[in-house]
Amino acid sequence: MPHDSHDHTDPPSDLTLRVKALETALTRKGYVDPAAVDAVVDTFETKVGPRNGAAVVAKAWTDPDFKQRLLDDASAACAELGFSGQQGEQLKAVENTDDVHNIVVCTLCSCYPWPVLGLPPSWYKSHAYRSRAVIEPRAVLEEFGVSIPEDKEVRVWDSTAELRYLVLPERPDGTDDLSEDALAELVTRDSMIGTGVAKK
Amino acid sequence: MTHPQSFTDLLPKTVDEPVFNEPWQAQAFALTVTVNQGGLFTWDEWATCLSEEIAADKAAGGHNDGSNYYALWLATLERLVRDKGAASGDELATLKEAWKDNYLATPHGQPVPEPGA
Repeated sequence: MPHDSHDHTDPPSDLTLRVKALETALTRKGYVDPAAVDAVVDTFETKVGPRNGAAVVAKAWTDPDFKQRLLDDASAACAELGFSGQQGEQLKAVENTDDVHNIVVCTLCSCYPWPVLGLPPSWYKSHAYRSRAVIEPRAVLEEFGVSIPEDKEVRVWDSTAELRYLVLPERPDGTDDLSEDALAELVTRDSMIGTGVAKK
Repeated sequence: MTHPQSFTDLLPKTVDEPVFNEPWQAQAFALTVTVNQGGLFTWDEWATCLSEEIAADKAAGGHNDGSNYYALWLATLERLVRDKGAASGDELATLKEAWKDNYLATPHGQPVPEPGA
């Protein structure tokens, strides 16, 4: 192989070549506009992420009317803040309380509330999480460092293509004086999946 | 029954994990979203096919840690593109080889032209 030569370019990985073949075919046939593809990449790399969800949670913590709208129709409430889905899916917010801890999984693939959380972390896509979160949620939570008392119910929500979930974590004690922005800093990604709690 | 996998080997990697680990993953993801918006397939069809690919991978003893997730994603997109008649497997294979040939024929540092362009 002429590795020291400058008369060629080393081809990228087989996976990259397959993606390029798809993009070329789909562009030629008019199924995609390359500029639209680039815009989607930019959106997910820079604009969509768990900070969106944190803003939703912080607003729900400080605005009881918004919280009620979030619990009634999370898609509409998040759209108020400019966070809307692209696949026409419905979003449901599930509230953690003194009596209930919620945890979200997608047992079949990796459905996830993109508009408010961005794309899922590796572990959310792993076989281990997808299978075990349903079978033994308390043990899984322990491994995330979240200990749920025996008398507190754990509810597991299995996402689908049409319905995805956002956990509304409990507001930490002693945060009455914090602004909405400061509160948003306490809201972690994992706390909105249910595998964590808000920072104190 | 296999012993359930622990998360201890997965968790440390999740802090500040990049959205995409390699550029092709971002392209495959964005192509899928764009084609879906164009109506070639519904998102329900997408999730069904992706679930099947993931289940088949698991049955075949594939990675357990989600690391090949976007490879399965790409296979799902290729399958739907074929099944919906948008492009045949032969077309995709031919284009892939044409891209590879163009890389090999392009001096280092110069932009690689699209096949047939």
